[in-house]
Amino acid sequence: MRYIPNTSEDRQAMLNSLGYEKIEDLFQDIPEQVRKAAVFDVGQGMSEYELKKHVRALAEKNQTVDQCISFMGAGAYDHFIPSFVDQLLLRSEFYTAYTPYQPEISQGTLQAIFEYQSLICELTGMDASNASVYDGATATAEAANMAVAATRRNKILYSKGLHPEYAQTLKTYCWSQGFEVEEVDLEQGITSAGQAEEKLNKKDAACLIVQYPNFYGCVEDLEELAKKVQAQKALLIAVVTEPVALGILKSPGELGADIVAGEAQGFGNHIAFGGPYLGFLAANEKQIRRLPGRIVGKTRDVDGKVGYVLTLQAREQHIRREKASSNICSNQALCALAATMTMSALGKEGLREMAETNLQKAHYAYRQLTSLPQVKAVYPGQAFFNEFVIELPKPAGEVIEELRKEGIWPGVNLSVICEDLNKCLLVCVTELRTKDEIDRLAERLGGVL
Amino acid sequence: MREPLIFEISKKGRKGCYLPPCDVPTQKVGEMIPEKYLRDKKAELPEVSEIDVVRHFTKLSTYNHGVDTGFYPLGSCTMKYNPKINEELSRLTGFARLHPYQPEETAQGALELMYTLQKDLCQVAGMDKVSLQPAAGAHGELAGIMVIKAYHEKRGDLKRNKVIVPDSAHGTNPATANMAGFKTIEIASNARGEVDLEALARALDDTTAALMLTNPNTLGLFESQILEIAEMVHKAGGLLYYDGANINAVMGYARPGDMGFDVVHFNLHKTMGTPHGGGGPGSGPIGVKKRLAEFLPVPTVEKADDGSFYLNYDMPDSIGKVKAFYGNFLVMVKAYCYIKALGTDGLKEASEVAVLNANYLMENLKKTYHLPYDRICKHEFVINSKNLKPYGVHTLDIAKRLLDFGYHPPTVYFPLIVEEALMIEPTETESRETLDDFIAIMEKIHQEAIDNKELVVNAPYNTVVRRLDEVSAARNPIIRWKKDE
Amino acid sequence: MYPVELKYTKDHEWVKAEGNIVVVGITFHAQEAMGDVVFVELPEAGDSFDEGESFANIESVKAVSDCYAPVAGTVVEINEALLDSPELINSDPYGEGWMVKLEIEDVSVLDDLLTAEQYQAFLKEEE
Repeated sequence: MRYIPNTSEDRQAMLNSLGYEKIEDLFQDIPEQVRKAAVFDVGQGMSEYELKKHVRALAEKNQTVDQCISFMGAGAYDHFIPSFVDQLLLRSEFYTAYTPYQPEISQGTLQAIFEYQSLICELTGMDASNASVYDGATATAEAANMAVAATRRNKILYSKGLHPEYAQTLKTYCWSQGFEVEEVDLEQGITSAGQAEEKLNKKDAACLIVQYPNFYGCVEDLEELAKKVQAQKALLIAVVTEPVALGILKSPGELGADIVAGEAQGFGNHIAFGGPYLGFLAANEKQIRRLPGRIVGKTRDVDGKVGYVLTLQAREQHIRREKASSNICSNQALCALAATMTMSALGKEGLREMAETNLQKAHYAYRQLTSLPQVKAVYPGQAFFNEFVIELPKPAGEVIEELRKEGIWPGVNLSVICEDLNKCLLVCVTELRTKDEIDRLAERLGGVL
Repeated sequence: MREPLIFEISKKGRKGCYLPPCDVPTQKVGEMIPEKYLRDKKAELPEVSEIDVVRHFTKLSTYNHGVDTGFYPLGSCTMKYNPKINEELSRLTGFARLHPYQPEETAQGALELMYTLQKDLCQVAGMDKVSLQPAAGAHGELAGIMVIKAYHEKRGDLKRNKVIVPDSAHGTNPATANMAGFKTIEIASNARGEVDLEALARALDDTTAALMLTNPNTLGLFESQILEIAEMVHKAGGLLYYDGANINAVMGYARPGDMGFDVVHFNLHKTMGTPHGGGGPGSGPIGVKKRLAEFLPVPTVEKADDGSFYLNYDMPDSIGKVKAFYGNFLVMVKAYCYIKALGTDGLKEASEVAVLNANYLMENLKKTYHLPYDRICKHEFVINSKNLKPYGVHTLDIAKRLLDFGYHPPTVYFPLIVEEALMIEPTETESRETLDDFIAIMEKIHQEAIDNKELVVNAPYNTVVRRLDEVSAARNPIIRWKKDE
Repeated sequence: MYPVELKYTKDHEWVKAEGNIVVVGITFHAQEAMGDVVFVELPEAGDSFDEGESFANIESVKAVSDCYAPVAGTVVEINEALLDSPELINSDPYGEGWMVKLEIEDVSVLDDLLTAEQYQAFLKEEE
């Protein structure tokens, strides 16, 4: 009976009014063989109280980032989220609504998405943004797809500084579409301009994908790369996994990117064991109609009042079907709403302040850690925002294990991602870490080495 | 007055967010980052106080209609009630505050939940193995069709470059096939609204990679010849893909695996009661038969001999990753809670009442509206406004008039094979009284259309905005706010 | 509505020959069926198309249609005005709403296209 209002008397009366005796009569169109086989077992239903107890017990088996001092980033960033955000997300007019296909009764979602698109444009320095896609990795794959359509070339170049999970996702998408994929190496932690140029000179690449700042924390020289890319009529796709960085770094748009793809989880969305997050996708004016997914536009109603609608829908799967450039149907509306509320609350000054605090704390941590005699900076001299790589005298896994016992998660073990970095840790320091916590990391790390 | 844009209430110097202080010794910014990388102009975010933000978004929420606001019979979308307990439990810090790269030993509860959800979805669908990674239904479709591609490739069966879809299919089906590098072959439905076996036979050959099918289909009709269809496709060397959008109709009565399907995706945000969120996040796990398990996206969650749970990346034939990390985890938590609350019998009962409610509505509405396929439906059905055409009233007008009575309209103009279609899905969580009220209003609008056309074609009147000019929105797209406008 | 000096196709395009250059657009019927045109995607000068190959896209709010080359040819000019004012296709389909100019090799293929009379008969049949 859970969540079903119709009583058994209601049901019987309804059945009888239709001329049936029992509920099974409504399933006679299913072949008997199929019906008989359809037995399954997911256990007995639980009362709400039992469920609460059961699920709480599962949650308690996990250790959260609040129960330790975490320096983990690598595409999932723990930033401050104002309390009001979650309370507003619980306004059920937002979360129990579907896609705003009926604009007259969806102005809340539509206007919020319009504001989201505007904020993403401001942040990335681009002309247009869609309403969000699944996550940063799929945004990157969709961006590559756009570049192929725009250039009619089907080779994708990406920098080794792209988040490895994004690169894997990109490769999966490209394999299925029959696109070629080629990696451009790093030199001293940033994309090798020489190698990029060499590959671009073949004039068969649709785009070069560069993460900014890159996976290893280094800030790439997008401007230089943009020139090389555009000289060969390819597109520069900038990927941003840490959007807070754009509070202080020049926007990719200003530096010449044609498309900016990325992950906006860092604004208002919990790290949540990897999801749900939200991918953003922004482009310059020329590429507006190649943007996949939903886009909200401003218009007026019959009385001349301002209103918002889903627009440019003829690009999308429900109209273009097999000719649509992407099959995406939904967006991450509620995650985008959380990001919109958080960016609004931060505002012009708050975003800058947040970015600068990240920068200061990360650089302080860098100085403290690299002043330990056993710890080596892996990319010395490269500019970084809130993440950097250090090399330890022994496998990173062992160090993580030892520090974990003391309640410190010192960073992400890069050996899991890239074998030649087996003694390396990717350390992330956001505004949430305090000086004491950073000092403690330095002290304890020194202690276990 | 309508709420302005958040940018329009900005006032210099206001702030709505109070950050932890910078308590470390600082350096000059220019010493850390070369000037050429630094913004010389701050991004134009609004400057608003906390109460400004809170009031702004509270006001916006009042412009929306959700399931909690009122009846939402949007066909194909399964707008059932979203249990509040699931919202509470998914927000436990033990789930929300986990880092995806934290050691597996510290996330055993999360992994156990995922493992059990994988098993439970296998049960419901009659499949052997599930991957939770896809983020939405369309994303699941893409992953599933990629799995099929990898299967044929591994066997060296390289000429299979076509995917067959019925003309009643969701738009995502052909778009997915295209995105996975296949050609789409569309086949016509027969007079019963089902797959035409002769058309299918003509389309099948040694280039067929798969048939994508929804069952019940988008007309809400069960494909009664599904076993014959499966046999034909398999005989031709193709595989069967099940679009799981409509599983809410058949839990406990038909499992895709038993019908002969090889791959299925779920929409947890439809069937398993997780909220739609105004368009997402959803979750679109895929399930496959044993012979396809090796191609699933990595990682899957496995249980070790010692009883612990781990992420398995050791799948050399996997299609790879289809997104970062492991899927929309917090959505999975809600779906898990839903399945555990209902249990085996509850899920079956949900499908039973969903189908009962749909048939009840259909039988009553066909007294006034035209029903193109008059037979038992499953969880949804399609009527049309053909009878009203002589009065100059169209489906869109009926949908807009419904807004004035506080309803979200049905899905309109889909499926494409029914002219002026209205696709109605009441779900199991609506009472008979709600259905009766809706029937009465639909009858009233029908009468209005005959007696007073102008009233209907100019609707709605009671909404925050009225019909919007979509043509100028698309001709001259204004898709962002700009500072000096 | 269907000028006699033009030739027509069953895909609802019209063709006007000027030597070995032909002007191509969509018919009155086609624009009416589409509704308000909101965007037109045109090829680039220099692109070549076979007969029956899609050379452009026309979008309305709720639909999108391909335009198929009535004859094989190479694009020598496109109507750039359509990029900013797609509504010209609705307001003046045979004049300002023209889409592309194609250079063709064999002018005789035009003889295979429909006359205004034949096209109108075809429309009736389709109904």
